[in-house]
Amino acid sequence: MTGLPPSTGKKLGLVTDLDICVGCHACSVSCKEWNAGGHSAPLTDLNPYAHDPLGVWFNRVHVYETDDGEGHTQTVNFPRSCLHCEEPACVTVCPTGASYKREEDGIVLINADTCIGCKLCSWACPYGAREFDSDDGVMKKCTLCVDRIYNENLPEDDRVPACVQACPTQARHFGDLGDPASDISQLVERRGGFSLMPESGYKPVNQYLPPRQRKDQAVATLDLQNVPSGRNDDPQTDGFLGWIDKMLSR
Amino acid sequence: MATTQERVDTSPKVSDEVKYSTCYMCACRCGIRVHIRDGQVRYIDGNPDHPVNRGVLCAKGSAGIMQHLSPARLSGPLKRVGPRGSGEFEAISWDEALGIACGWLGQIRRTDPGQLAFFTGRDQSQSLTGMWAAEFGTRNYAAHGGLCSVNMAAAGLYTIGGSFWEFGEVDWARTRYFMMFGVAEDHDSNPIKIGLGTLKGREDTKFVSINPVRTGYSAIADEWLGIRPGTDGLFVMSLIHQLLNNQKVDLDYLVRYTNAPWLVINQPGQADDGLIARDSDGHPLAWDKTSGQAVNALLPEITPALAGTYMLADGRQARPAFELMAERYLDEQFAPEKVEQQCGIDAQTIRRIANELAHAAFEQAIELDIPWTDWAGRRHEKTIGRPVSVHAMRGISAHSNGFHTCRAIHVLQMLLGSIDCPGGFRYKAPFPKPAPPPTRPAGKCDDVQANTPLPGMPLGFVSGPEDLLVDDDGGPRRIDHAYSWAYPLAAHGMMHMVIHNAWAGDPYPINTLFLYMANMSWNSSMNTAQTMQMLTDMDEASGEYKIPHIIYSDAYASEMVSYADLVLPDTTYLERWDCMSMLDRPISSAEGPADAIRQPVVQPDRDVRAFQDVLIDLGARLGLPAFTNPSGTARYPGGYPDYLVNHERCEGIGPLSGWRGKNGDQHGRGEPNPDQLQAYVDNQCFWQDPLPESQQYYKHANGPYLEYAASMEWVPDASQIIMQLYSEPLQKFALAALGHGDFQPLEKYRERIKLYFDPLPIWYPPLEEQLLNNRGDQHGAFPLHALTQRPMAMYHSWGSQNAWLRQIYGTNRLYMHPDLAAEHDLEDDDWVYLESHHARIKAQIRTMTGCNRDTVWTWNAIGKRKGAWNLDPNASEGREGFLLNHLISELLPGKGKRFSNSDPVTGQAAWFDLKVRLRKAEAGEALSEPQFEALSPVPGVQDRPDVLRFGQQFLPAGSWRRKPKKRNRAP
Repeated sequence: MTGLPPSTGKKLGLVTDLDICVGCHACSVSCKEWNAGGHSAPLTDLNPYAHDPLGVWFNRVHVYETDDGEGHTQTVNFPRSCLHCEEPACVTVCPTGASYKREEDGIVLINADTCIGCKLCSWACPYGAREFDSDDGVMKKCTLCVDRIYNENLPEDDRVPACVQACPTQARHFGDLGDPASDISQLVERRGGFSLMPESGYKPVNQYLPPRQRKDQAVATLDLQNVPSGRNDDPQTDGFLGWIDKMLSR
Repeated sequence: MATTQERVDTSPKVSDEVKYSTCYMCACRCGIRVHIRDGQVRYIDGNPDHPVNRGVLCAKGSAGIMQHLSPARLSGPLKRVGPRGSGEFEAISWDEALGIACGWLGQIRRTDPGQLAFFTGRDQSQSLTGMWAAEFGTRNYAAHGGLCSVNMAAAGLYTIGGSFWEFGEVDWARTRYFMMFGVAEDHDSNPIKIGLGTLKGREDTKFVSINPVRTGYSAIADEWLGIRPGTDGLFVMSLIHQLLNNQKVDLDYLVRYTNAPWLVINQPGQADDGLIARDSDGHPLAWDKTSGQAVNALLPEITPALAGTYMLADGRQARPAFELMAERYLDEQFAPEKVEQQCGIDAQTIRRIANELAHAAFEQAIELDIPWTDWAGRRHEKTIGRPVSVHAMRGISAHSNGFHTCRAIHVLQMLLGSIDCPGGFRYKAPFPKPAPPPTRPAGKCDDVQANTPLPGMPLGFVSGPEDLLVDDDGGPRRIDHAYSWAYPLAAHGMMHMVIHNAWAGDPYPINTLFLYMANMSWNSSMNTAQTMQMLTDMDEASGEYKIPHIIYSDAYASEMVSYADLVLPDTTYLERWDCMSMLDRPISSAEGPADAIRQPVVQPDRDVRAFQDVLIDLGARLGLPAFTNPSGTARYPGGYPDYLVNHERCEGIGPLSGWRGKNGDQHGRGEPNPDQLQAYVDNQCFWQDPLPESQQYYKHANGPYLEYAASMEWVPDASQIIMQLYSEPLQKFALAALGHGDFQPLEKYRERIKLYFDPLPIWYPPLEEQLLNNRGDQHGAFPLHALTQRPMAMYHSWGSQNAWLRQIYGTNRLYMHPDLAAEHDLEDDDWVYLESHHARIKAQIRTMTGCNRDTVWTWNAIGKRKGAWNLDPNASEGREGFLLNHLISELLPGKGKRFSNSDPVTGQAAWFDLKVRLRKAEAGEALSEPQFEALSPVPGVQDRPDVLRFGQQFLPAGSWRRKPKKRNRAP
């Protein structure tokens, strides 16, 4: 079984804002697009034009309806990818050392040259974040775009994961969650970010921001009561006609 | 085992070259960067500097590679050799293809150019295609607006001189209250998403979504109102009722910027009743309270009355439009309690929303320190904003009451003073234009002559009955019946009626149907099954098809290809020049005009040609004046790029506004610049010219802006553009229906025009519902509404050929509320029959609570005909996927001569009026109904792979993952 680094220099990860995720799949497809030709290339698609197409995706978006038990339901769009856990079971379970956690930044990767495709890691991961490429015979997963975020061939602004760059609502954020002073850690702090299934003990690095309180009750300080219409009143009085009778200038 | 890190190349080479262009995975026109490696597209991302998408890109845009490499791409021209619809084609050369087309088209043009019906689908070159039709001499031209959103465009252009999406946008940065009505989630998608992401983060801003279905955008709304389909107008009028009742409207704004103070003649029963009172020069009149007389309403500094009855100099009585409007909506029929049941929104909520609107508009008004000068030369030190904004689209437009509903929304915006102000809805250049714009449709009886261009463009805006395209008997002149008494304001044509009418020979048979990028034998038609029959129906006497010739241009093997006689294969969007022009639908923002191009980032590897190149070539071959030199040679031998640079619509104005003039130093106006396209390529393929801040607001009344707009030919002159709260053109039709005037409708149209032409917005139940309810024996037989929603990751039919997108939406379900399902003893995954007055389909259900209780819905255009798009005939899109189109008749219920299932004002296709009933289907094969014979593979399309390994070609040489593999080698 594979060991973990005693600590990592950084804890790079993603934060997803469930308040503004509209479930558009831009993150999924931009991820697919970048990574299909990237570090883990290809992200094979079986039956791409037939029944039951089955491709490798590092990031999938699910749609749920939640119910508070009192008749209030809400639709939640939920993007799901590898959480780059601090204590990833997928790494410790790996019999060959192919799954590993990078010491410098905490990214969990798979060495395709030593992966034997035994799938133990996908059984171990409670988040369903691993994707087996049966054509290549190896396991693949989110690399946090390790071939983008440090890539000196890209303009500096582009050195973020593809999903973060593409997200039209800017629901996705990237940064060092190990540094409490980082923008992303501050964002998590401010918005009450949470981990998925913390009770499992894998300490996911990625965090989610909860939907904000909906402003679905009265937000106005005005509480209009119907003003007597006065439609039958004398125009000089205070009624509707009186109101519109004021001097207006073009 | 200890951690053994591999050596990861964190700085791999990404691309050899980055080329900029414009996306075409939908109609939104986002800027893209195409990264090319070894001559192939490695990936596509958003252009950070682009005004539309500012670096982000949606799922469709990111899947562009798969569209570009789709195995459904056509590979060369085709000629039909078997029966139409059989899919038996022969590959032919371009010379032969163009020869056949010229044979058919030349014959028509020499005899009766009206025998050509030329309709384009999701065309972004309408300033070219429209001109081509005019030059050919046919009035039978339109793009797809009639089946899409003409209600929004027409209502907007007749009311405020702009419209949602294309011609205006929300001030996302400053709005405090945003209402979204019935929006298709694949449209204007990145700007809306960017905007929602921004405003949701502001504590003081609220987002309300009014939509029967709670998907995507509605899911993140602060408040979702699951309204009953087709009742939005009633809801809005109730809000107006509340605001008026509480005196919460912006009277100053109305007086300055709208025709609220214009005097309306009050002469019941007379020919001028309800028209605007005018002086001898035609100026509208207002009652000036200072001088106590009727004066030119266009003058500054007058003090117009908004209420009262006044005597004009000639003794006639008149009342301000405002008073008529107030009278109508103050009526108790619009009280929240009176509409709550029909709308499915309780009265208390309607009241609260009205309060919130008033609060945002008037208690949270914005004052910007931006001085500006109005049309009368008066300087205003501050720019005032009423931070209420609205966006509305398909859910309003696709109803037969959509025109009036959209007008009601614009009236609400006017009353709140929130049009083109900070925090409100803001125009995008070249809008605003006069309401309505001054161009009239060409194509009256004498306008169509052999070998002669039309005297104007086929599409325009009628201002009264005299502008209709009708024959001496009052019958329609266009094949689609647009601009007839049945659909007078059909400003975008009625593409959804073309095949039906051509088949029926109503009002006349045509010889050739020429379509571009419009899947009319499948998801773009109502009544799909019979439409396919109409396309193949023969005339018994002549032994010819009822529609003798069909020419079709598309890049892909869509369902429509199989019904063409001649197929002209188009390129993909990465292989072509294109233009998002100020003459058509540019990429402007509220901050200023902008246009863009598409450039070929890779060359086609097939024998295909850009449709616009082909059209220009055909124009020259046919000798159309605008496409030939006086000597008879081709005017644009370089095709579309040649045209883009050298065509001038009028002096100095061409398709592209940037880098004009011989030296490329002029913008907006200037001589053609031979290096213009290179200048665009050097500038990321777009041009923008930000307006000074002082011209960015109140553009309808902003003097310097209007002067600039006039110099660019966007408006006829620098006059103030006055919003039309009260629409006189509609009243002119109403008067005609009452028997006044020289232009009289046939009796069969009279009642309909009386009912639906009202100068103030009205609400009526959608027509299909009215007619079904009127059938005494069937009352309540179709209790449910059925409609479609557009998935954000798909664009109409295009997405299903895309290997990545079809993994997201490869099949569709019929969604419904769990209570409705329970009522029918249904559970998730059960199959049901859905029946309309017209047809029956079978589909599989799924429940969701975010759905109006009386509505069922599904994703649009996922169902495919088996064999189309080069999908495996067994693909889920054909097996389980389904269309609602089969249930929707192109004609309203009834017997004999029936009206189109369309808005009676604009002819907009009423897709969402559909009423249905539901019943559980017996257990059987998991197969949707109806099913049709699989289409034959189109010759020349490539084999579809069983395994797609896109991207492995970019791995380092020698990587084992580059080697060909056998499938499923691992357990």
